[in-house]
Amino acid sequence: MRIGDFKESYAADEALFRTPTARAWLAVLAAALVAFPFVAGDYLLYLANLVGVFLIAALGLNILTGYTGQISLGHAAFMGVGAYATAVAATRLDAPFWLAVPAGGAAACLAGAVVGVPSLRIKGLYLAIATLAAQVIFEWVFTNWESVTGGIRGINVPPASLAGFRFDTDLRSYFLVLPLAALHAYAAANLFRTRVGRAFIAVRDRDLSAELMGVNLFRTKILAFMTSSWFAGIAGGLFVYFAKVVTPESFPLSLSIQLLAMIIVGGLGTIQGALYGTVFVTLVPEALRSLTQLAQRLSPDAMTWFYPMRDIVFGAMIVGFLVFEPRGLAEIVSRARRFFALWPFPK
Amino acid sequence: MDHLLQLLVSGVVTGGIYALIAIGFVVVYKATGVINFATGELMMIGAFFAWTAMTAARAPFAVAVLVAALGAALVGAAVERVVLRPLMGQRAISVIMVTIGLSSIFKGLAQIVWTGEYRSFPAIFPRKPLVLGPVLLPSRQAYPFLIALAAILLLALLFRFTRTGTAMRATAGDQATAFGMGIDIRRMFSLSWMLAAITAALAGIVIGTIGGISPQLGAVGLRIFPVVILGGLDSVGGALLGGIVVGVLENLAGGYLDPLLPGAGVKDVAPFVALVLILMVRPYGLFGTREIERL
Repeated sequence: MRIGDFKESYAADEALFRTPTARAWLAVLAAALVAFPFVAGDYLLYLANLVGVFLIAALGLNILTGYTGQISLGHAAFMGVGAYATAVAATRLDAPFWLAVPAGGAAACLAGAVVGVPSLRIKGLYLAIATLAAQVIFEWVFTNWESVTGGIRGINVPPASLAGFRFDTDLRSYFLVLPLAALHAYAAANLFRTRVGRAFIAVRDRDLSAELMGVNLFRTKILAFMTSSWFAGIAGGLFVYFAKVVTPESFPLSLSIQLLAMIIVGGLGTIQGALYGTVFVTLVPEALRSLTQLAQRLSPDAMTWFYPMRDIVFGAMIVGFLVFEPRGLAEIVSRARRFFALWPFPK
Repeated sequence: MDHLLQLLVSGVVTGGIYALIAIGFVVVYKATGVINFATGELMMIGAFFAWTAMTAARAPFAVAVLVAALGAALVGAAVERVVLRPLMGQRAISVIMVTIGLSSIFKGLAQIVWTGEYRSFPAIFPRKPLVLGPVLLPSRQAYPFLIALAAILLLALLFRFTRTGTAMRATAGDQATAFGMGIDIRRMFSLSWMLAAITAALAGIVIGTIGGISPQLGAVGLRIFPVVILGGLDSVGGALLGGIVVGVLENLAGGYLDPLLPGAGVKDVAPFVALVLILMVRPYGLFGTREIERL
C-alpha cells in the first residue's frame, strides 16, 4: 500500500514521474528495454522495431487528434512525406541519417502546416474528410511524381551508419529506434505541461472558449498540425532506414486508420495510451498469425482464414473498445493501479 | 465534340449512381449525425445478397433486389441498435472510427462467406445499347442509371409525402422539437439506417451489374466523400447534384487530363482536389447547413 503524497519543493511537485515507486518502475522498464534485444529472437526484434516506429507516429497523431481534437485521416501521408524526404536526402544528397531523418521530420512538418491551414475554417467531420482528401492526394503524388519518388518502384536506401557503425540488422536498428521513440515520448509528455500544450487541450475542449481566453486559434491549430506531423515524419524517416526501401504502398489509408485505432484502443489524449495502443494493435494480428499457424496443423487451409479474420478482429477491436471501454487501455491500467493503491483495504 | 458529349453522358451516368449512394449517406447523417464510413461495405454486402439469391436460388432479378433490400435493412437496423446507439452523443472521432471498424468487420465476414473471388452477375438487361443522338450508351450502363434514378425518385417521394418521411425530416430538422411532438426518435434513427442500408444495397447491385462484385467493392465507398462534401453533408438535393458533378468531373479529368499528366489515376484523384478547393471556399460544402456555434 502506498500512502501520503508529500512534496517539499516545487521541483518535486513538477516532476514528470512523481513518486519513488513510479521512478523505480521506470528504471525497471528501461533495463528491460535495453536487455530485450539480447534475449529476443529476430522476429520479436522486428516487431519491437515496428512498434517503436509506429509509437512515434501514434504519439504524433495523439497530439493532434487526442489532445487538440482535430481528426486526421491522413497521418500515414505525413509519414510518407517524411519517409520520401529522408530517402531523397539520403540517396541524392548523401546526407547521413542524423540529418536525413530530421529532414524528413521537417518536410512532414511543412506538409502538416499546409494541410492544417484550412483547419481554422473547417471543423469536425468536414476536417476529417479534408484530411482524407490529403491522404488520397499525397498517395497519388507518391505514385506519380516519378522523378523524385521513383514511382511504384520506390527508392532503395542504404542502412544508417554512425561513425562507422552500421545499423543494418534488426538488432542494431533497435538501438536506433528505441532512443528516438523514448525521446519523442518524453517530449510529448512534457509538451502538455507547457503553455502551448495546454492551449492544445483548451482548443479540443471548446475552441471558441479557448479563443476568448486568449489562445490564438489559428496559430495553435497550425502548431498542433506541425508538431504532430514532425512526429509522423520522424517515424516515416526511421521506417525507411528500417525497411530499407520506400514505396507508395507503404503509406496507404489503412495505415492512417491503423494509427487512429492505436490511439483509440490505447486511450485518446494520454501518452501511455499511445504506447499501450501501439503495442496492442501491432501484436494482436501477429498473435492471430501464430494461432493460424497452429491451426494449420489441424487443417491445411487454415491460412485462407487469416486475412479475413485479421480484418474482423481489427474491426471488432475498434468497435469493442469504443462501445465498452471508450477511454481505452490507459483507463483499464489506471483502474488497476487505483485498485492496488489502497490494496488490501476496500475503497 | 462527340468525344466531349460521350464523356459528359457517361459522367452523368456514373454520377447518378454516386448520387444514389450519397443519398443513403446523407439520410443517416441528417438523422443521426453519423458519418458512415461503412457505406461501401453495406453496398458490397447488399450486392452479395442479391447475387446469392440469383445464383444459388435462381431467383429473378426483381425478387433478388427485394431479398437484398430486406437483408440490408436487417443489417442496417442491427448496426444501429447494437453499435451506434450506445455511442449517441459521443465525440466525432468515436463515431467515425466505429463505422470504420464496422467496415473492416463486414469486409472480413464477406471474405469468409463469399470468398475473395471476383463474381459477376448473370446477364439481366437486354444487350441492345441505347442511342441518344450521337452518343452510344452501352445497355449495362444505361439500365443501372435508370434504376438509380427511379430509386432516388422513390426516396424523394417517400420523404415528401408519407407520414414516416415527414417524421424523418422533422427529426433531422430538430430532434428535441420532434421528440416533443411525439415522434419516436429512436425509431427514426433505426429507420434511417435501414433506408441507408437499402439504398447502399441498391447501389451495390447497380454497380455489381456493371463490373462484377468482390469483397473489395467497398472501396468505391470512398468516392462518395467528394460527392457529399460538394453537396453538403446534410442536403439530399445537394447529394444528387454532387453525384452528377463528380461523375462528370471524373470523366472529364480522365478524358482530358490523363494524357497531359504523368502517370495514371487522375480520374480518381481529381474529385478529391475539387473537394479540398470547395472546402477552402465553403467550409460546409455547397449546400450544407452552416452550423452556428454558441457558447
